[in-house]
Amino acid sequence: MNQNIRMALVGNPNAGKTTLFNTLTGARQHVGNYPGITVDYKEGDFTHKNQGNIQEDNQRITLTDLPGTYSLTAYSVEEVVTREYLVNAKPQVVINIVDASNLERNLYLSTQFLELGCPLIIALNMVDVAKDRGIEIKVEKLAELLGVPVAPIIARSGQGASALIDQAIMLAEKPWQPRDISYGEDLDAAIMELITIISENNFLTHTYPARFTAIKYLEHDDQILQKGQEDDSATAARLEEKVTQVSDHLLKTMDAYPEAIIADHRYGFIKSILRQGVQTHTFDTDRLYTSDKIDKVLTNRLLGPAIMLLVLFGLYQFTFTASELPVAWLESLFGLIGDQAKSLLPDGPVKSMIVSGVINGMGGVLGFVPLIMFMFLGIAVLEDSGYLARVAFMMDRIFRIFGLHGSSVMPFIVSGGIAGGCAVPGVMATRTLRSPKERMATLLTVPFMNCGAKVPVIALLIGAFFSDHKAIYMFLFTMLSWMVALLAAKLLRTTVLRGPATPFVMELPPYRFPTLRGLAIHTWERTWQYIKKAGTVILGISILLWAMMTYPGLPAAKMAGFEQQRRAAISPFASEIVSESQSEKEEVSESARTLRRQLAAINDQESEQALRSSIAGRIGIALEPVSRLAGFDWRTNIALVGGLAAKEVIISTLGTAYSMGKVEADASDSLGQRLTRDPNWNKVVAVSALIFIMFYAPCFVTVVCIAREAGHWGWALFSISFNTTFAFLLAAAVYQIGRLLG
Amino acid sequence: MPEINLRQMKKDQSGIIFAIKTGGELGLRMREMGLVPGTKITIQGRAPLYDPVALRVMGGVLTLRNNEAEHITVTIDAND
Repeated sequence: MNQNIRMALVGNPNAGKTTLFNTLTGARQHVGNYPGITVDYKEGDFTHKNQGNIQEDNQRITLTDLPGTYSLTAYSVEEVVTREYLVNAKPQVVINIVDASNLERNLYLSTQFLELGCPLIIALNMVDVAKDRGIEIKVEKLAELLGVPVAPIIARSGQGASALIDQAIMLAEKPWQPRDISYGEDLDAAIMELITIISENNFLTHTYPARFTAIKYLEHDDQILQKGQEDDSATAARLEEKVTQVSDHLLKTMDAYPEAIIADHRYGFIKSILRQGVQTHTFDTDRLYTSDKIDKVLTNRLLGPAIMLLVLFGLYQFTFTASELPVAWLESLFGLIGDQAKSLLPDGPVKSMIVSGVINGMGGVLGFVPLIMFMFLGIAVLEDSGYLARVAFMMDRIFRIFGLHGSSVMPFIVSGGIAGGCAVPGVMATRTLRSPKERMATLLTVPFMNCGAKVPVIALLIGAFFSDHKAIYMFLFTMLSWMVALLAAKLLRTTVLRGPATPFVMELPPYRFPTLRGLAIHTWERTWQYIKKAGTVILGISILLWAMMTYPGLPAAKMAGFEQQRRAAISPFASEIVSESQSEKEEVSESARTLRRQLAAINDQESEQALRSSIAGRIGIALEPVSRLAGFDWRTNIALVGGLAAKEVIISTLGTAYSMGKVEADASDSLGQRLTRDPNWNKVVAVSALIFIMFYAPCFVTVVCIAREAGHWGWALFSISFNTTFAFLLAAAVYQIGRLLG
Repeated sequence: MPEINLRQMKKDQSGIIFAIKTGGELGLRMREMGLVPGTKITIQGRAPLYDPVALRVMGGVLTLRNNEAEHITVTIDAND
């Protein structure tokens, strides 16, 4: 057998699955793809030197890392992906990693693989930890009673991994053989009857073993029930009728549902094996381990929340401080490339597109990379060490009020819960949530937080209109973003994302030191995914937004008019003065300065007119009748359209719209003064604009990430329209009430 | 041996699970994580806002919300 052997790696979350996968495959991993499966899973190839056998020296192996699960029900995507992969891709060997220090619970999943019948080998991980805890496991006895090979390993150090693969290779030619587990007299009889019906009709037997289908019918497994209906509705109806009879009978006689009896018997099966001298405890099982002692401090009623705030603030500081320099480097690098392109390319639309569209767009994508890298590194440390689960544990009571989950706190903070975050890594951080509805609600509401790009815009408006109480207003608007985000989450959870809370039954894994290799792989993998998937789309949208702000441009007659104005401005001056004013020199004569000022004013006027006649400008003007309800004139509208590219663009676009030329986001005092003098602006308009800017459609990089994380563009479009409508209603309400109150 | 609701158990109190009175996803999830009748549990502690609760089960620690813990009845030692 010189062919690649296909193996799959399965097991509980926290059992060390990813560590073993990294140990075996090293960096030779890629994201796998299997038709019909939406969840990513990783694949890795490696060559194994066969030590036990002389017949072949080297064996190529493809290992697939399936999602970590506790069971094989149809309640979560991870579980459906795992079992669908196993029955459809039929890997030749299934390696089931189990935590030796938590053997009984981990074997629950193993019993289901036995029933499925796939060629199974148990990788008994963390035998060292178990030993420290006084747990002794007789490996040969366990293998004998389970009827499958068991290999003790320590995934972190790689100890035993080679022997594990030696044994796994021997299973590669084994046929699938389901194992029968007894579920008590009543259910066993029912299962036999169901199997008879299933076998007679070849019902789903091309994919699932008959006994597996029978058990899934008794468990009311939605996915299998649906497949049955599609495959052969007559047989499906017979099976369902039979199951209803059995369920009613069990409910009457034993006051229990079939799925409960099945689960109880699986544990019965495991207990009966472990009791036959497989597992012995030398210490009292109630003994407090190091991990429990750490928890006495870290989840303490008073100290716990205080430490948590420090840790979260620390993560935030780390992410944004550490990435500051690399972000600045990337910015100046792209600035340099932009300048090069400016001086090398001939004037015209191509130059404008490359400089403003492509280079700025790429800069926009890559500018986030250091931020995402450091954020994921920080989260990987918290996740791999086990602390993230404690954060969820402590915060759950508060977040549950709003239909969210304790784990939602992290994405909110990263997105700007402490003003100045970024929604892009925030949206990506929702991956740590395992509850689908709570995750969607978090995903859609984190863009409401005050990210680093909104802060200069907010600072500009506060500085211009509320200069006496800057700090207080900044704080109030941060609080407002939290309130609105949480209330919006509640709104979503009672409407489009309605449904009961996902059960919180969660494991608090023992604290562990994260491995450097694990952190590196985690961080790189997620960052690369962002660059690859977001990069292409973002570049396209960036060019589109550039075109909207540029085309169709000024009509020829108007351009000629500006040209004429320029000539008229130049004509009274002597030619030396004209050439002096066009020179690069900073210090020039009084008259040259006057000429420069006059020309700049005309150019700014031209830019304003060009912006006004662009597509974005026309949208802004067309929207004015509606936007007046919230107090916005067409200039503000154009700036808000520009803000879809990135929120800080609002400042530069406002600058152009008010013919002020180039306004830098961090030096916008003059623009602020200009706004205070404008009859269209006052304190009420400023508050209304602040509210709209805080809550309207996320910038398009965030939108692309939402689409990617939600797995559907529909949600991204929903996010744009929901947020904009929501923000507009709020802003209009504030404006109208504010106007009434004077 | 008296039976009480898991919700009423105090910190560091132990007991044996007597029954889990809920079906559906919640009932199944609790069972899968090892909360089956006959299993010994110890209350490890509660979150700062008294909810959720952390339990020691089969050598690991699980957390449950109070309204979920309510479905579990536990037999405790009368002398405790």
